[in-house]
Amino acid sequence: MNTTALMLSRLQFAFTVSFHIIFPSFTIGLAAWLTVLDALYLITRRPVYHRVFDFWLKIFGVAFGMGVVSGIVLAFEFGTNWSELSRVSGPIQGPLLSYETFTAFMLEASFFGVLLFGRNRVKPGLYLFSVAMVALGTTLSAFWIMVNNSWMQYPVGYTIQNGVYVPDDWAKIIFSPVVWVRFPHMLFAAYVTGAFCVAATGAWYMLRGMCHAEGRVMLRMGLFLAAILVPVQLLFGHLVGDYVHRYQPVKFAAIEARWHDEQPASEVLLAWPDAAHEKNDYPISVPVLGSLIGSMSLDSKEVGLTDFPRSERPPIVIPFFAFRVMVGCGLIMLLVAWGGTLLSLKERPLQRRALLWTVFLCFPLPFIATLTGWFTAEVGRQPWTVYGLLRTADAVTPFLTPRAAAGSLVVFCATYVFIFAFGTYYIYKLLKGGPAEAPLHTPPTALPNRPLSAATDLPSTVK
Amino acid sequence: MILYWSLILALSMLLYVLLDGFDLGVGMLFGMTRDETHRRHMLAAVSPLWDGNETWLIVAGVVLWGAFSPVYSLLVSAFYVPVILMLTGLIFRGVAFEFRGAAHRTRVIWNVGFVVGSVVAAFMQGAMVGALAKGLPVINGRFAGDVMTWCNGFSVLCGVALCAGYALLGASWVVKRCEADARDAAYRAIVPLLWVVVVLLIVLFFHALHEDLAIMHRWLDRPYLFLVPLVALCAIAGILMGVRRRRDNQPFLMVVVLFICAYAMLAISFWPYIVPFSLTITQAAGPHASLAFMFWGAGLFVYPLMLIYTVYSYNVFKGKVDLTSGHY
Repeated sequence: MNTTALMLSRLQFAFTVSFHIIFPSFTIGLAAWLTVLDALYLITRRPVYHRVFDFWLKIFGVAFGMGVVSGIVLAFEFGTNWSELSRVSGPIQGPLLSYETFTAFMLEASFFGVLLFGRNRVKPGLYLFSVAMVALGTTLSAFWIMVNNSWMQYPVGYTIQNGVYVPDDWAKIIFSPVVWVRFPHMLFAAYVTGAFCVAATGAWYMLRGMCHAEGRVMLRMGLFLAAILVPVQLLFGHLVGDYVHRYQPVKFAAIEARWHDEQPASEVLLAWPDAAHEKNDYPISVPVLGSLIGSMSLDSKEVGLTDFPRSERPPIVIPFFAFRVMVGCGLIMLLVAWGGTLLSLKERPLQRRALLWTVFLCFPLPFIATLTGWFTAEVGRQPWTVYGLLRTADAVTPFLTPRAAAGSLVVFCATYVFIFAFGTYYIYKLLKGGPAEAPLHTPPTALPNRPLSAATDLPSTVK
Repeated sequence: MILYWSLILALSMLLYVLLDGFDLGVGMLFGMTRDETHRRHMLAAVSPLWDGNETWLIVAGVVLWGAFSPVYSLLVSAFYVPVILMLTGLIFRGVAFEFRGAAHRTRVIWNVGFVVGSVVAAFMQGAMVGALAKGLPVINGRFAGDVMTWCNGFSVLCGVALCAGYALLGASWVVKRCEADARDAAYRAIVPLLWVVVVLLIVLFFHALHEDLAIMHRWLDRPYLFLVPLVALCAIAGILMGVRRRRDNQPFLMVVVLFICAYAMLAISFWPYIVPFSLTITQAAGPHASLAFMFWGAGLFVYPLMLIYTVYSYNVFKGKVDLTSGHY
């Protein structure tokens, strides 16, 4: 095993998976929002819901296509760069990820087609059902990914035979308590992302004085949904923290930058962790709060990093700061969602422009929060790939050379940046054009397993 | 259970080769014409179908990992370079389809991406099959070579042969789906491509004889295998006849038969090895708990559904391409 090749492989996986997660976290939320819109349209029969639905369906198609393209690479990267991991945990991770693929296909194949073709061909009730099924499909896809990742965080339901992890209880793996806090946490992250992107788009239209009716619906619904979702998300975030506290104490100590055992423990709000000297520089901390957050008590003892040998500690700086950025984004989003909802109920014209700008500028926050949350979880799991079982250094392809790893990293970076620059530009163009007055035309050649084509036949919106 | 997943894997790979094969072939032929009308006809012949075709590669990939994880880990890592290049090629090929239609000034980029992506992906697939047939150094079920072990004369030749084979498949698909000039140009391409494929196959055969590859002994052990090349010869005759009599559907059908023969020859001569000649299917199969878990959901319900859906979508798009209704 070569340490440079290992580092390059980690960088490559981090890069490709971070790029990928942007799209699913957007589309999962968007699919749920489309379901809500279609249900509202069925109930109220207001055409504005119909127009907003058709508009976001196109965006969904492009973002979904991008997610699929970037996800294919991941399915093979487990084998190319992490051959030892894919060999020893294949009997567990392989079936979980094949379920993910099969679920995603079911969604693509059967119901996305109805969404594209079916508006005038199927009954409204069946159409709504199809939208809900697409939303369910994206959710299930996320579910399998979270089961897989949670197993890597907290392996259960397995036995070791000849050095290979063999599943002996699938129920334990799927119904692991860790899955059922981390999966909702990811799901709500996606919902919040969807809600904020919708609200920000609405605010953008209102600032530019276009598509007034649609913009209002997007802004109000987006903010209102976010106002409900963000607190729930914070609650699940707390529960995820509980599992980390219980099952991964060293990760918890790294997130808190707590070097030594403390009783009662203080909470470091900000500092510069110094791993070499095992201390924090320039700390700002609150006494007792650490115990309260960790164990919900005023005098609990909280473990520090020095309880663990250096070889078992994760890097400190990334989890520490990534976690704080995530929480910070969450709190700002809570403020904006609640403040915005209150203000938009009162509808004070003077304050509106400032509110619109704030909401518009908030759209990167949920993406940043999702990414930093994943950085915390994944870097915090180091030096393990499968927690407590398989070290990252032992998971990498043993004969991989730095030259091959560097080459593939460069190729992927160039490809992704090039192609996704075009993709993002494309989504931007669609968003900028705004909801068309006319309903969505269904191209005769658009097939459900070609989601990107949902958007290509509307020259009026792509200028 | 092991047999079931072996068949699913074999079927998925065959479907991928046949279906994405003609996409990639059309991609290569696309580079040989400058005529925009030809190009649009060719694109229209594959554009509604390519994405669905590519999913079979992913299906094969995850089935391989889920049901035969030692093989997945061994092959995908041993083929580090070709897998990465193949994926990059497929990404460029795929997005070129979508962005070319919307682009004006950047259309050249997507044209190049489409052709080069197709060629690279096809070549890498062929090279991997070649390297696998030649035999990989495996000790105790682990790969014992290095990053460039896959690359040798035999595998490069296989890569070229598969490119030619896919181009042949692509040309006969264009014949089937297009009319007028595009079809006539494709008709003219079929015969030379067929001879290139046949010559390359003969060269590969003698190369294998000369190198005394283990695979050849199995053929002499199982003389009934020689029935398959006989069928292949009939298919070649069928292609030539179809071209001469201008029967638009016949060449594609016969090329498919030819591909199935080639695939069957490989499969039968390897059987029961999945990595020749070091891992058998039984040795490579995952534990029963994994196979059964996959079977009761994905295997029993979703997979048949996927097959039905594939048949359905090909039915929707059967017949000749009509550019006036398409969006390219």
